[in-house]
Amino acid sequence: MNAPVRDPSSIGERLSATGTANALEMRGVSKFFGALGAMQDINLTVRPGERHAVLGSNGAGKTTLFNCVTGDFPVSGGSIRFFGEDITQFPPHERIRRGLRRTYQISLLFTGLSVLDNVYLAATGVSRSRFSFFRPRRNDALMASAENLVRVVHLEDAKDAIVAELSYGQQRQLEIAMALAGAPRFILFDEPAAGLSPTERSELVEILLGLPGHMGFIIIEHDMDVALRVAERVTMMHNGRVFKEGNPAEIEDDEEVQALYLGGAHG
Amino acid sequence: MASTDDQSTERANAGESPTWVERIPAAYWALIVVLLIMPAIAGDFILYQIFGWTFILGMIALSLMFLAGYGGMVSLVQMTIASVAGYMTAIFGVSAIETISLGWPWYVTIPLALIVAMIFGTISGWLAVRTEGIYTIMITLAIAAAWFYFTNQNYTIFNGFSGFNGILPPQLFGVDWRGPVAFYYLTLFWATVAFLVVLYLSRAPFGLTLQGVRDNPRRMAALGYNVTAHRVAAYTFASLLAGVGGILLTWQSAQISPGTAGIGPVIDVLVIAVIGGLRHPIGPFIGAFIYVILKTFALDALVAVDLSGERFQLLIGIGFLVIVFWSPDGILGLWSKFRAARNKDPLLDRGGDAS
Repeated sequence: MNAPVRDPSSIGERLSATGTANALEMRGVSKFFGALGAMQDINLTVRPGERHAVLGSNGAGKTTLFNCVTGDFPVSGGSIRFFGEDITQFPPHERIRRGLRRTYQISLLFTGLSVLDNVYLAATGVSRSRFSFFRPRRNDALMASAENLVRVVHLEDAKDAIVAELSYGQQRQLEIAMALAGAPRFILFDEPAAGLSPTERSELVEILLGLPGHMGFIIIEHDMDVALRVAERVTMMHNGRVFKEGNPAEIEDDEEVQALYLGGAHG
Repeated sequence: MASTDDQSTERANAGESPTWVERIPAAYWALIVVLLIMPAIAGDFILYQIFGWTFILGMIALSLMFLAGYGGMVSLVQMTIASVAGYMTAIFGVSAIETISLGWPWYVTIPLALIVAMIFGTISGWLAVRTEGIYTIMITLAIAAAWFYFTNQNYTIFNGFSGFNGILPPQLFGVDWRGPVAFYYLTLFWATVAFLVVLYLSRAPFGLTLQGVRDNPRRMAALGYNVTAHRVAAYTFASLLAGVGGILLTWQSAQISPGTAGIGPVIDVLVIAVIGGLRHPIGPFIGAFIYVILKTFALDALVAVDLSGERFQLLIGIGFLVIVFWSPDGILGLWSKFRAARNKDPLLDRGGDAS
């Protein structure tokens, strides 16, 4: 429904998209800002439903990776396939309508609108009533799903509050609710735990672990406790390249990773 | 820029269950009644020249308020779109320039004029939405200037400098719609419809989306919205408002010429919208009323104090400066400041209607 078939010849491709194809497949993706290689020759494969963590120091290219996947930045080279479909040249909104979602490291919310309105906008963005001239009715399905998402992230008490009045932690929760709107297939979480209190962190882990099994995600996270608890696979990035890949236990025990994280002099 | 105070109060009202009749404050009912019985208390000049013109200019400025207030796009092309609708009414319909006017009936002419105006506005918008801020202003001003000089110099279709005269509204239901009372109700009706539609849209997905695009286009794209398409659609809708205003404006003076959408009137629309306030659809009508009063009576006032009457623009300019300086949100902003000050609790020092 949110992935309109444009060309009959691509139906085969789309059918395969729901079946065996990988959720995300990056082949040789690079991003240069002028001469600066923010991301070079990235190969990354995430299976449907897989929970994947991307670790790395500041400037390792993690957020650039997200921006290339969502289309916020055009890539300098390589290809990105989303459930089998080549989305490398798609504008952001087309990728989102195919079931991709993201949260932002620095919250990008509509601060003048209420919590519910923010989530409602997110739910409407991937629906057919984007251009509707009619206000939602009392039993509106999108509004109902928005209210439901507000409950999922424990914001029901603040649903009519203006976003600018929310605490930082609540704004982060709202970010997640907006990413969950409209049946996502795959979500990119950009440092969702940054700036949260320990209590809020465990709430976040609970929300992430509680996501439906088919909903894969990539999480960028500095907090190893959060990242390694929710992820099944971990990719370590360093200076714009993939440095290590493995399961959480392997990464945790890896000496090179420990050197980078504990004794790491690389900014 | 524009805040959403009006929305939150509206939301607060919507939470309770009184009927919509009860939700409208008494002061508004008084205003509605006064507007409805105006023909009984005001003379023809007031009805036709002051209120008729206020409602028309208010509608054209409302189309700008919709774009600028909700969409963050300052367009100087709204008066031009109104003029396109006016010209189309003259060209397709009946005017004194019989060699050009096609003389088609009103039920063909008016929809056609509105469609052409919407196409014109959509193309202008499509060109303008790729830019932001001052560049949007420049592009729309360039389109407005191009239209002015084109109509001024083209004689085969637009009859050049003198334009068209003798453009009259249809004698529908046997009423002479240019009669002062009839014209007052005609303009009041359409202004009210335009106002209510914009008010309603501000909370419908289309309006909410537009406000989202204004505040955070990148996030809107990341929610699956085609930001460019929404901005262009906003221009299309605003063109409909401006087009209706343009047809009424043409009927009011029974003529349309390049000067109708000259550089001066084009900028006046922006002045009207800013003076009134861009935050709420009532703002453009307040701004239009002040503008019309100044434009009509400043001349007499100036002559009375021995100044040249043509300097009324000076008064408008000074008024504009004062309002923008004291209240960037226009008269509406002054009003809400006044309300906040009056409701301030002296002990808690908190604004009464802070929402």
